[in-house]
Amino acid sequence: MALLEVRDLTKHFGGLAAVEGLDFDVHEGEILALIGPNGAGKSTVFNLITSYLKPTRGSITFLGKNMTRLSMHEVAREGIVRTFQETNLFKEMTSMQNVILAHHLRCLASDWGHFFNSRRARKDEAEFRDSASAILDYLGLSPYRDELVRNLPHGHQRALEVALGMATHPKLLLLDEPFTGMNPEETDSAIEMVKGIRNRGVTIILVEHDMRAVMGISDRIVVISFGKKIAEGEPKEIQHNDAVIEAYLGKEEEEEV
Amino acid sequence: MKQSRFSRIFVLIGFAVLYLVAFPLYFRNSNYHLGVVITASILSCISLGVWLTFNIGRINIGQGAFAAIGGYTTAILTMKLGVSFWLCLPLSGIMAAFIGLLIGIPILRLKGVYFAMITLCLTEAVTLVFLNTEKLTQGASGIMNIPRPGALAFGGITIIPAYQAGHYLYFYYLAAFLLLLVLIGLWRLNVSRIGWIFRALRQSDTLALSLGIDVVKYRLIAYGICCFIGGMGGSLFTVSMQNIFPTSFRVTDSMYFMFYCFLGGLDYLLGPVVGAFLLTGSFEALRVVQKYQEGIYACLMIALMLWLPNGILSLKFRERVSQNQMKPEGKEKG
Repeated sequence: MALLEVRDLTKHFGGLAAVEGLDFDVHEGEILALIGPNGAGKSTVFNLITSYLKPTRGSITFLGKNMTRLSMHEVAREGIVRTFQETNLFKEMTSMQNVILAHHLRCLASDWGHFFNSRRARKDEAEFRDSASAILDYLGLSPYRDELVRNLPHGHQRALEVALGMATHPKLLLLDEPFTGMNPEETDSAIEMVKGIRNRGVTIILVEHDMRAVMGISDRIVVISFGKKIAEGEPKEIQHNDAVIEAYLGKEEEEEV
Repeated sequence: MKQSRFSRIFVLIGFAVLYLVAFPLYFRNSNYHLGVVITASILSCISLGVWLTFNIGRINIGQGAFAAIGGYTTAILTMKLGVSFWLCLPLSGIMAAFIGLLIGIPILRLKGVYFAMITLCLTEAVTLVFLNTEKLTQGASGIMNIPRPGALAFGGITIIPAYQAGHYLYFYYLAAFLLLLVLIGLWRLNVSRIGWIFRALRQSDTLALSLGIDVVKYRLIAYGICCFIGGMGGSLFTVSMQNIFPTSFRVTDSMYFMFYCFLGGLDYLLGPVVGAFLLTGSFEALRVVQKYQEGIYACLMIALMLWLPNGILSLKFRERVSQNQMKPEGKEKG
């Protein structure tokens, strides 16, 4: 059984079909890339999987459970966590505070426990602190642990977003354009980082425009164009797929116009 | 670092002694001076609720509505049903919180100026409700001669004695006690994980959601507490005044509650307290200009936004300010 099954997923905005009849599976432990020209509906697919948007039609099944009815934080609770295309962090807090907050799903103490600083709440906080240090270490962010996030350079901010994702202990991590704005060296180290996370047992779906990175990182690729799937396969197959080349470069007649 | 923490604690203790011992002792026979501080204490209390909604990134100009709800709950319960004030005080808070949650569920989805506008209307709407439910509230003529608190006794042991005519010190300590209680509660909230979640909501609610934080729940918690505090403050205010009218808490009062927070500084728990004491005190001192109060408040507010967006307390904690100076729009962004 696939980890995530997307069936007949459709989202209409008014008369516009952003996603139309999309089917694909995500298998446990793989890195799946979702690519397509601008406006193909990739981010909408992310928004649908994480329940930020509700689908017009179709189903999303995660570990045998239907996700479409759940709200966004409940989907996160099931183990699907995402990062955002635009850097989205708690910018007025330090890196450490961000990562500690991201452990929220692992809280054992109740809200009252936190309010009265119960033993369990103190234990939670101590655990989160250790775990956050370990994550920041792993991603090479520990020199910036007490730095306010808005003072961090872009590359570190992107890495910190991944750190927040890891802190939730997700089963499935969705990365929305994780390599945008990075230079080739930064991208290479980010690729290693993503692979490392996969090796820890986290399944990954990513949307990315940097084709070099996509080809280097993904086990499988799903290509969508105008909301429909036009190809699916391993990187090599996709590179030589006529439909994909056409979607990206257009047909010859069109090019002359 | 540690030293500054100690000196801060000393300053706090100093103010506490001044507030709880020195001032009431010196002015024990001056009902006027005690009255000013009682008013300032209650107003600080009510504005602390507003401060909490600022904390989750919502501009709340509706706190007067919940103070009025608390006040009327107390007035009606004591007058019509003869309920003891000591029971009315928490009940008023609960009533305000209950109504606040009912209203909060739909309106807390709104952000920024939209939330502010809706809450602005709330005060007016609540005033109109009390004006038009004459059977219960006696409409525009208000409820008067509300009895002063009786004794609070458990099984024959008197915990708090009854109010005796002319003893303003009684209300002074009652207001001080409520204020300290609210401050301690909010301080605990602020330093606990819940406080961090509130600040997280202000900075990015989509990120909070994607990390599995139940944003709606925490927003409602914050707003519920805000209204609860407002209701209790309104209740105490009503009993200390012994009367309440639909116009006791007007839109301008709601604005003032917000303004106290701005003046003191939104980053600091003590911000609204500093703001409320400073303004109440200074306007009592400058009685001549009292009729221009609203105009002066407006000018002060504009000046604050321009030159001191982090409030008066930011002057004291300059190191922190210089760190935060790059903040794009202060805290008022939705």
